Amino acid sequence: MRVRVWGCRGSLATPGPDTVRYGGNTSCVEVRSSTGDALVLDAGTGMRPLGLALEAEGVQRIHVLLSHLHLDHLQGLGFFAPLFDPGVEVHIWGPASPVQSLSDRIATYLSPPLFPVRLADVPSKLQFHDAPEDEVQIGSVRVRASLVTHQGPTVGYRIEEDGRSVVYLPDHEPSLGVDVADQPVEWISGHHLAHRADVLLHDAQYGDDEYPRHVGWGHSAVGHVVAFARKAEVDRLVLFHHDPGHSDEQLEDLVEEARLLWGADHQRVCCAWDGMNIELSPDHISLPAPPLPA
Amino acid sequence: MTPEPPGGGPRSLPLILARELAANLATPMFLIDAEGMLAYCNDAAEQILGRSFGEIDARTAGELGDLLKLADLDGKPVRRRDSPPGVALLERCPAHCEMLITALDGRQRRVEVTAYPLFGKADDMHGVLTVFWEARA
Repeated sequence: MRVRVWGCRGSLATPGPDTVRYGGNTSCVEVRSSTGDALVLDAGTGMRPLGLALEAEGVQRIHVLLSHLHLDHLQGLGFFAPLFDPGVEVHIWGPASPVQSLSDRIATYLSPPLFPVRLADVPSKLQFHDAPEDEVQIGSVRVRASLVTHQGPTVGYRIEEDGRSVVYLPDHEPSLGVDVADQPVEWISGHHLAHRADVLLHDAQYGDDEYPRHVGWGHSAVGHVVAFARKAEVDRLVLFHHDPGHSDEQLEDLVEEARLLWGADHQRVCCAWDGMNIELSPDHISLPAPPLPA
Repeated sequence: MTPEPPGGGPRSLPLILARELAANLATPMFLIDAEGMLAYCNDAAEQILGRSFGEIDARTAGELGDLLKLADLDGKPVRRRDSPPGVALLERCPAHCEMLITALDGRQRRVEVTAYPLFGKADDMHGVLTVFWEARA
């Protein structure tokens, strides 16, 4: 299984000289199974270059797994080249809502005046599915979703193949109103999903000093993420959903903060960047070092 | 596929959020899961129940109802199933009444009790949140 980060910025795309190394595209992660199945976690602005790559490769079936429908996780969908190819089958998965279907909610964005093309006019073969609370098989990987603490219906995903697991919790505030370190695990949002994951990509939008001004916004501080990951006994933690106000240097400070909290084996904590490739095979996990300053 | 974590099974998000709400309020509340087990009571509810949650953990709501003496304002016993949490659990609708509760410490209180079922997706009940207010004489 191969994981490639195409966007890891939270809230708003943030191009510019301060974000050159870690990138400014919003959430989008490609997961490719060992047999080539194409899964896409979220449809942030990183989805545009991913779409071009998948189009060039001629991929004919794509599963887009949406964590939720906030715009930073959806905005790239309208610029995803395979969506406009009538020969491509696109399955879109997302959290269920008691009031509106997934397609109706997505159509709120993909329709005038917010977008020139109506969802109903998109030429690819589109199918919509509720995020699977029970495990489903997609090609050679197994996928399971679980509702987690954020603003509005939001899920995280666990993807497994050949005994390896990747968990994606891009927008998550498990520490809202509680101290995760003291909580029984069954009462921690997302714990069951993340438990003993090989790689956890997790919301780390704030420094611990920034969090008090953002309680209830649906995101985590670095200290919360480390406590959550430790409690869930994950093997590697990748900080994700970077605040648009954080420069490359500030992200490196946050990684250092997280590594101090993690303690021994602190190299198991790192920060996602646009272009990061993670390889998981039965006998090996590879997380490359981040890009060096120019 | 997920390795089973220690402790009980994972709680659903509606229950987790209800617990977090209760844990952060001074209003007595307790939470029953969809199987009728007492899942949580906050500090303030310990006064109503007359014991700490640690002492009454893992009892069913029915067992708890047996331990608490429930009565209407005339002192006539109220069956568990007719109490607000019983109605909310069994009939899946909100319920409210004023009643007398004799707690596990033997102290009787006149309280208003509101219970409502927690639904996630339509028809998917996760449990019942019960709220107590000490009634003013």
